[in-house]
Amino acid sequence: MQLAKQGKRLDGRGLLDYRGPIELNTEISWTAEGSAQVRIGETVVLAGVKMSLEKPYNDTPDEGGITINAELLPLSSPEYEPGPPQIKAIELARVTDRGIRESKAIDVKKLCLRLGEKAWFITIDIITINDAGNLFDAASMAALAALKNAHFPVFDETTGVIDYHKKTTTKIPLQKEPISVTVYKINGSLLVDPSSEEEESYDARLSIATDEKGIISALQKGGVAPLTVEEIARMMEIAVVKAKFLRNILNTELEKKRK
Amino acid sequence: MAYTKRLDGRKFDEIRPIEAKAGVIPNADGSAYFKAGNTVAYAAVYGPRELFPKHLQNPKKGIIRCYYNMMPFSGSGERIRPGGNRRAQEISMVMTNALNPVVDLSAFPNTVVDIFVELPQTDAGTRCAAICAACIALADAGIPMKDMVSAVAVGQVDGAIVADLIYDEEAYPAIVSDIPVAILHNSKEVTLLQMDGEISKEDLIKAVEMAQKVSEKIYQVQKQALKDKFAREEM
Repeated sequence: MQLAKQGKRLDGRGLLDYRGPIELNTEISWTAEGSAQVRIGETVVLAGVKMSLEKPYNDTPDEGGITINAELLPLSSPEYEPGPPQIKAIELARVTDRGIRESKAIDVKKLCLRLGEKAWFITIDIITINDAGNLFDAASMAALAALKNAHFPVFDETTGVIDYHKKTTTKIPLQKEPISVTVYKINGSLLVDPSSEEEESYDARLSIATDEKGIISALQKGGVAPLTVEEIARMMEIAVVKAKFLRNILNTELEKKRK
Repeated sequence: MAYTKRLDGRKFDEIRPIEAKAGVIPNADGSAYFKAGNTVAYAAVYGPRELFPKHLQNPKKGIIRCYYNMMPFSGSGERIRPGGNRRAQEISMVMTNALNPVVDLSAFPNTVVDIFVELPQTDAGTRCAAICAACIALADAGIPMKDMVSAVAVGQVDGAIVADLIYDEEAYPAIVSDIPVAILHNSKEVTLLQMDGEISKEDLIKAVEMAQKVSEKIYQVQKQALKDKFAREEM
C-alpha cells in the first residue's frame, strides 16, 4: 500500500512494468479451429476457437455471431471451486467479449452463408491454467491470438457436414484487432499487470480495449472507488501505450510462427 | 487378421510418443503436464486440505477426489458445452478408484486431496492420460504414495491386439475393442479396467498383459518428469 505511493511494488517492478516473461504460443490444441496460450509472469491462460453453422437470429438474418466464455478452473487456483461460473468468470468473459464482439472486430456479415438460414457462429473459450493475477490482459491477448490463427473447418455444401478434422486456408474476417489493458488504481497510484496480492487490495480498475490505431473500442470500470476525469485520461494514455507493447509481442510471435 | 498395418504406422505394441513435465502450475501443491500423441492432460493437486461438507470427512484418513474435464475446444468434433456431463463424472470416479490404492492419507484425517485434470486437446486415451498426469502431480505434491500408477488403452482392432489406440482406430470399421487399463508399477496389479466393443477372454488377457508390458515405458517417463522437477528445484 505504502510502496505504491513511492512508485514501487512488492516484487520490485515499476508501476507501469509488466512481469516477465510474456510469451505467446499458438496451435496449442489441434482440435480447436484456432488456439493460443499466453503467459504473463506466472499467469497462464489458454484460448480456443470453435466454429459451427447455425440459423442466424431473426433480427439479423444476414449475420453470423461470436460468443466468448471464460472458465476459471479450480485447477488454476485454490480460490476456485468446481461448479457453475461465478461472477468473476462472468465478468472476465463479458469484458473480453466487449473488447472483441462489441467493438465489431469481426465482420459478422461475412460469416453468413445463406440469408436467414445458415451462418458461422464462433465461440472463444478462455481457460485459466494458473491465475497469478491480471487475467483480463492475458485473456484479451489469448482471445485475439486464437482468432488470428483460426481457420475455418471444411464444410461440404451438398451433404451439409462440417469436417472438423480438415481446415481450410480461410481465416476469420477481422476488421480491427483490439487489445485490452486494465489499469488499476491502488492507494492513489495507477499501475498495470497486478499480481494476485495487488488484485486483492485495489480501489478501482478500468479495462480499456484499443485497436491498432489507438481508437478506444470498449471500456469497463471495476472496483468500489470513484475515478476522477484526470485519472481516466491518464489511464487511457497508459492503456494505449501498453496495448501497443502487447500487440508487438503478439504480432512478432504470430509472424515467427508463419515462417 | 485384416489389420496388418496400423493407421499411423506404429508397431502393434508401440505406444505413441509421450512427454511429461512436473510442476507446471505454480498455484497448485503438485502438478503435471502429460502428452501422449495428440492427447494432452494437465493435472493439479490441491491438499491435503480440510474437507467440506463435514459429513464427508473420514476421521481415520484423508480422501482423494478426482475431477476429469475436457476443455470446450478439446473434442475432435463440435464444441463441448462446459459444465460437466455424465461421462466426465463417471471417468472422475474410475480415476479416483485407479489412484486410491497407491495413496496413503492415514496421517491426514478429515482432509481431502483434490485432483483436477483438464484436457486441451484429445485423440483417444483421455482417461489414461488423465491418470498418468494425476499420478505425477500427486507425487509432485509430496502425497505419501506406495507405488506409481501408469495407464494405457489396449484393444483389438480387426483381430490385432494393439497398444494405445488413436481415435481413428477406435472408429475402425470392423470389430474393435477399447480397453483402458491402469497398472501399478511394483505389483503389476490392475486398478482401472473398462471395455467397449467385443473380444474373446483369451485375447482380453493378452491385451491386459500387453498393457502391463508397455506401462513400464510410461512409468519411466513419469519418473523422469519428477526427477527433472527436483533437479530444477535444487539448482
